[in-house]
Amino acid sequence: MTQAASRAAARGGTRARPRHIRGEARAAYVLLAPNLLLLGLFVFVPLVGAFVISLQRTDGFGSGTFAGLDNYARLLGDGLFWRSLINTTAFTVLVTPLSMALGLGAAVLLNSVLPARGVFRSVLILPMAISGVATALLGVLVFDENSGVLDKLLQSVGLPAVSWQSGSGAAFSSVVLVTLWWRVGFNMLIYLAGLQGIGPDLYEAAVLDGAGRWQQFRHLTVPLLGASTFFLLILNVIYSFQVFDIVFVLTGGGPRNATSVLVTYAYETGFDTRDQGYAAAIGMVLLVLAMAFTLVQWRTNRSRDEVGG
Amino acid sequence: MTRTRRGPYVVRLLAAVVVSLVVIFPLYWMVVVALSSRSELLGSAVRLWPRALTTENFARVLSAFPVATWFGNSVAIALTTAIITVVVNLLGGYAFAQLRFRGSNALFLTALATLTLPVQVIMVALFRLVTVLGLYGSYWAVILPTAASAFGLFLARQFILAIPRDLIEAARIDGAGYFRVFTRIVLPMSKPLVAVLFFMSLLSTWNDFAWPLVALQDNRLFTLPIGLLYLQGQFGPDYGATMAFALINVTPMVVLFLVFQRYFVQGFARSGLR
Repeated sequence: MTQAASRAAARGGTRARPRHIRGEARAAYVLLAPNLLLLGLFVFVPLVGAFVISLQRTDGFGSGTFAGLDNYARLLGDGLFWRSLINTTAFTVLVTPLSMALGLGAAVLLNSVLPARGVFRSVLILPMAISGVATALLGVLVFDENSGVLDKLLQSVGLPAVSWQSGSGAAFSSVVLVTLWWRVGFNMLIYLAGLQGIGPDLYEAAVLDGAGRWQQFRHLTVPLLGASTFFLLILNVIYSFQVFDIVFVLTGGGPRNATSVLVTYAYETGFDTRDQGYAAAIGMVLLVLAMAFTLVQWRTNRSRDEVGG
Repeated sequence: MTRTRRGPYVVRLLAAVVVSLVVIFPLYWMVVVALSSRSELLGSAVRLWPRALTTENFARVLSAFPVATWFGNSVAIALTTAIITVVVNLLGGYAFAQLRFRGSNALFLTALATLTLPVQVIMVALFRLVTVLGLYGSYWAVILPTAASAFGLFLARQFILAIPRDLIEAARIDGAGYFRVFTRIVLPMSKPLVAVLFFMSLLSTWNDFAWPLVALQDNRLFTLPIGLLYLQGQFGPDYGATMAFALINVTPMVVLFLVFQRYFVQGFARSGLR
């Protein structure tokens, strides 16, 4: 044993246990310092700043004037705010279950006996590598009403053209479809990792007990993927609340605000209209919604685990 | 047995092929449009392969925009951010996973809660802060705020939790300090984690849009996605040019992704996301 080691051992053995713990804590704070400094400076400081700005009337030039809760009161009578809120909710309610269900389906498919599984997996997760702007421009390329390839293909087989850009419902659908193209691969990847952690013996036992394919899926696969589902649910909802690139580039919130979401509305209010106090207020509402949802999910998941376990 | 398996097998294969075609088609179409001449694109017929391939779209984009500068900006910003993210998250993840200290859980949950924060909420305040700090007009305006990644911290903690604490205690008893434990035990065992963190950070910074759009208002500092939007605004419905540039934007990450995806997938799996 080296000198240092015996000293450490002696310290650990006698009176130095509190000092040992204090040393551990000090080391931890030093190790965490760079991370906490970055998060504190570039997330928490601006967060407090955003709250202060939300209480002001300011265009970003010079100092603003204190306005109390005026910005928040204004939200109540702002039709575009409500429209954006409803769109954000609708987008989340559509995209989250769809991308998870499709991701799970694809993961089960690629976890079964299949030739060239690696190739299929690579193809399905490939959109993860594409930037949001490029993805949205691919969406333009496909959904453009005049020269989009999708309508050309639809018409060449005798189907009617769809007003992807001028129709509200169609435009909203195009945003959802492009998002699904972009997101399903990630969901599949996480589910695939989950599936590969399930031992085959469980399925063998289930088959011996006479369980069919659907019963195996329903009573083994789904419950055993609970942790992945929870993780994906939180991430998908957070992502959906924050959707920006696709809407901003693909539709710009149009036609007639049919695809405007809270984040694009906040961006335009803050940087185009330069009504920065009001933009900050919109952002605060978005933040409260996202955090409230995550908290509810977290709680229900924990209580379910306690009941189940 | 063979009869019952055969049906689903063919169905499964067919399903996989159809899904893959749907996913790959827009990317294929991007390549086709980028390599098609203007006149061909103006025609109304759908040709799944152009009659003549041309690089005129690339030439048009390269002569009209400082593409090399934008490319260099993207590389510099993404690499620097990824390096900072890896270092900072690895140290933080080690502290959260293996060291006991007061406020550990509260700090971790607070850091994790920042995941729910859309950057647009703090964008105006962040812009003012960056200006006050004198970072505006430099790469650092994008790098430093982007390097603070809660998701990376979460991944690092999950991964390092799997390293047996006994191993670390044993090294401690042998007289190693916490930093030495980090360099001698945690770091060598975390190679897949480093790969995942580095690649994920590289990818997300390369593709990042909302914050760089605000922080890089100077044309010469643009990254590729911002340049792509700018170019689309200038060229309008010139799809050939837009897709040529889109291809320049996505190709490096697609290639890296295909080469490293095996490690990427393993890293995810081993981070306990199951």
